Amino acid sequence: MNMLTITGSPHIHGDNSTKKIMYGVVLALMPAMLVSIYFFGLNAVRVLLLSVFFSLFFEWLIQKYLIKGAITITDGSALVTGILLAFNVPSNMPSWMVIVGALVAIGIAKMSFGGLGKNIFNPALVARVFLLVSFPVEMTSWPKPGVLPTGLADVITGPTPLGYLKEGLGAGKSMAELSQHLPTYMQALMGQLGGSMGEISALALIIGGLYMLWKKIITWEIPVSILLTVFVFSGILWLINPNQFADPVFNLLTGGLMLGAIFMATDMVTSPMTRGGQLLFGFGIGLLTMLIRVWGAYPEGVSFAILLMNAVVPLINRGFKPRRFGKKPGVAIG
Amino acid sequence: MGVLKTFALGGIHPPENKLSANKYIEVLPLADQMVIPLGQNLGAPSKALVKRGDKVKAGQLIGKGEAFISANLHSPVSGTVAKLDNVVDASGFRRPAIIVNVEGDEWLDDIDTSDELRTSLDFTPEEIIQKVKDAGIVGMGGATFPTHVKLMVPQGKKAEFLIINGVECEPYLTADHRLMLEKGDEIMVGIQLLMKALKVEKAIIGIENNKPDAIAHMTQLAKSYSGISVQALQVKYPQGGEKQLIKALTNREVPSAKLPIEVGCVVQNVGTAFAVYEAVEKNKPLVERVITVTGKAVRKPSNFKVRIGTPIKHLIHAAEGMPENTGKIIGGGPMMGKALFSEEVPVVKGSSGILLMPEDESHRPDEGPCIRCSKCTQVCPMGLEPYLLSRYARIGRFEKVEEERVMDCIECGSCQYTCPANIPLLDYLRLGKNKVGAMIRARNKR
Amino acid sequence: MSAVILYFVASKFKVYEDPKIDQVEEVLPSANCGGCGFPGCRAFAENAVKQAKDEHSLEGFFCPVGGNEVMQKVASIVGLEIKEQAPMIAVVRCNGTGAHSPEKVKFEGVTSCSFAHTLYAGEGGCQYGCLGLGDCVDACEFDAIHINPERGLPEVNDNCTACGACVIACPRDIIELRKKGPRDRRIFVSCVNKEKGAAAKKNCEVACIGCGKCEKVCNFDAITINSFLAYIDFEKCTLCRKCVEVCPTSAIWEVNFKPRKPKTEKPKSADASNKDLEVNLVAQAIEKKAQPGEGEAAKTKEKGSENLKNKSEK
Repeated sequence: MNMLTITGSPHIHGDNSTKKIMYGVVLALMPAMLVSIYFFGLNAVRVLLLSVFFSLFFEWLIQKYLIKGAITITDGSALVTGILLAFNVPSNMPSWMVIVGALVAIGIAKMSFGGLGKNIFNPALVARVFLLVSFPVEMTSWPKPGVLPTGLADVITGPTPLGYLKEGLGAGKSMAELSQHLPTYMQALMGQLGGSMGEISALALIIGGLYMLWKKIITWEIPVSILLTVFVFSGILWLINPNQFADPVFNLLTGGLMLGAIFMATDMVTSPMTRGGQLLFGFGIGLLTMLIRVWGAYPEGVSFAILLMNAVVPLINRGFKPRRFGKKPGVAIG
Repeated sequence: MGVLKTFALGGIHPPENKLSANKYIEVLPLADQMVIPLGQNLGAPSKALVKRGDKVKAGQLIGKGEAFISANLHSPVSGTVAKLDNVVDASGFRRPAIIVNVEGDEWLDDIDTSDELRTSLDFTPEEIIQKVKDAGIVGMGGATFPTHVKLMVPQGKKAEFLIINGVECEPYLTADHRLMLEKGDEIMVGIQLLMKALKVEKAIIGIENNKPDAIAHMTQLAKSYSGISVQALQVKYPQGGEKQLIKALTNREVPSAKLPIEVGCVVQNVGTAFAVYEAVEKNKPLVERVITVTGKAVRKPSNFKVRIGTPIKHLIHAAEGMPENTGKIIGGGPMMGKALFSEEVPVVKGSSGILLMPEDESHRPDEGPCIRCSKCTQVCPMGLEPYLLSRYARIGRFEKVEEERVMDCIECGSCQYTCPANIPLLDYLRLGKNKVGAMIRARNKR
Repeated sequence: MSAVILYFVASKFKVYEDPKIDQVEEVLPSANCGGCGFPGCRAFAENAVKQAKDEHSLEGFFCPVGGNEVMQKVASIVGLEIKEQAPMIAVVRCNGTGAHSPEKVKFEGVTSCSFAHTLYAGEGGCQYGCLGLGDCVDACEFDAIHINPERGLPEVNDNCTACGACVIACPRDIIELRKKGPRDRRIFVSCVNKEKGAAAKKNCEVACIGCGKCEKVCNFDAITINSFLAYIDFEKCTLCRKCVEVCPTSAIWEVNFKPRKPKTEKPKSADASNKDLEVNLVAQAIEKKAQPGEGEAAKTKEKGSENLKNKSEK
């Protein structure tokens, strides 16, 4: 018989593991990946591969030579960051910029805070914002969706629906005029519109989201509160003046909202720990997104909204505690 | 049967592995030497009344519980006291014990060892409590709190319900299950005696739904005993925790740092009810109990009726031997049981099971960083935040640990079971509870 | 204008502080370790000056980091005379290494002695022995105590200021503050097992069995036996080493003594490793390294003393 082991209880463990969660997210991202490759072709494959490879590479490099600690690149978190970073950039992004993005996402937003579990801001979003500010031209010219295009250069670019909308409204055109050139709901669901690689197909993202809910990787509070807030806010505005504001369904299906609500805001490390906190978090993101969309300088505000709310999360965690057992004793006798 | 009830907050669903659920209780033959520790209850250990060379009979008083929270100790066998010495207990600490060489199986004259069912309720509440005290009965669910103290309701509080814990929510364990199936009537009489002692009119037996035969059997029996009802409960760990059980059965929540009597409830294990029956009706003190010996590699998972003081290697032998690949011996269930120091450790009043874990399940998986998934918070039945408590405990901020209510922790282990990063949350929570407990004691002294 | 206001406010609300406090703080080591019992060097200075003024004594004030040198300076600032205090050092009173106390079980879990102490007795089975998980190391602010990975036990080096943090941290009261001794020499019983001899010896071959031989042979009444455990009073001990010679289990340690002339009898193996360790401690002290011990148990006594000679010649 072997030497007995002494440990404290419990002596059994459930089958949850960090790896399972991360690879579950990767699986949930597959539908959106396939849509992206379908509409953007080889360019999409290029950006995805670069983003994933360099995210893993930089994590390995930093862990081996800077931190000189354990190498954890197989836990799946860098893989998720790589895919999400690719989803946040247009498919015609120059390769070297994608690599810089990976370095910012892993090196600055994740590793310098202490690695997995210690970062305050969503790494893929930090990289996206960094790239947007550093390379505004490349980050705001989106290829028109084709059908499995194999060309890597000379893609025809155009604005996203939200960008088109902002410009048009700014130039004084009315909604009725503009909506002729905007995609239909069906097109928005399926992905036939301009946008960053992962943003375009709301349906693919929703499928991924449902998968994650089923596997208990995410809970419903954050996506639902974000989408509901956006819906109500934009609904109120649209009811007041349908010529000036886009309708709520349009707001839900276009831009980076679906991607942000389902995959970016729900990142466990950077979101609140209690359900109440998560609802407030989602409300804040929805509100900020609409404020930026309607009155801000940018056509899309999800990334900024999420990053701003990430900063508030520690405060939310302080304020929202789980319900304690024994707070309400019910009917006591004696 | 009605709708399945349960507690609302938290909980997990570990695999049940009730390998010995349909194994009848076997009486284990006596060993040659019994090792009877003096400290088998919460509170002060008993004081030895015998010395080397004394002859004892089964059921004879050999240790006196002198402090307020203490219990009597009786010899489980007849024979000669070999010596009084320190022996290794479950944790490897050496504690005082009485060692008896077994000779025959002679009981004291006034003890009825027959199987005849006695149902007389002709005792006053005070008499019942006194007999329970004399018999050295302690909580058989594992906590080993002296039962007679629990039955003495403090001034100003009133008991409304007696709750009988037939839940057995720990995976692998089946002792209570078999006891309900095979000694149902005796348990019912025991419950009636407890009801009389507490002066309550209602008793509810909570049984988890993975024991449908026990639920059916006890429900059938309960028809003939007034005031006793059976409630089926959803299978969820830790349903058998006192506070969770009270919440499930009566929808009342025991306030933080208070006892169940605060909400008018007293909880007793079915094994304790059975022991009360034997003590009051048969004059038989607590000297034996049912224990499950189980494990995936055990050749014959069984339920044994053993005398306290039997070294557990005898039980393992009776279950057809220690499996070759055993890496850990657990006293109790896999969620809250204690890893035992060796197989020489004796059975005590609180032993509910012996679980032999295979080597590949005996080691802690590698720890990763906390990914802040909040699963631990979602499963905590007391509404605590294990990730926060363990972080504070790790960095030594014990005043914060107290503030975040670590003393409410029931040490069920749900958090550590669920954690995807394999963080030893319960280890840190225990460390926190220890330090905070010491802080509170130091504060109260001043 | 604001400068004028500030000047008036500053002078009106000025808190008078005895200038001696600043002077005392100046000579203190600024470690803010709490070893003196005060929350920081400033607090020590304030209280010392106050007591010196009110009671004309510095009784109860001693800075373990600065030692007698610093205390003399403090005394001269406040205009008092003080006696020199004997320097103290933390002593780990357990020698239950893997060789002496073989493992019976394997522990896995949080590396905290406070936690492990409540969980189980110890891997060697002795419930009084060192668990080797390093609560003392975590508590030390002077880098003075480290776990020797070969022995599995903590070792104290010259950085020790006897602040007492490790003593409090140890859940089994194994560490004690004892006099450093003349030329850094001291003798102590390296065991705190209170069980009967047979039981103690079953778990560890170098345990104190409470046989009483040391008590009998001591001419200075320095040794008392309580509950099967011998204890040497460091105030009375004259370092004559008679007790070390008679101890049957080599539980008594002599630290930093010159090795004795080799006897005709072959020394016990436990004894040899004890002496090797003592030699290594001297070597350490001479090299003034903060690293834990370098010895293998295989080194012989002679090689040990050779090392000592070589190192002292450097």
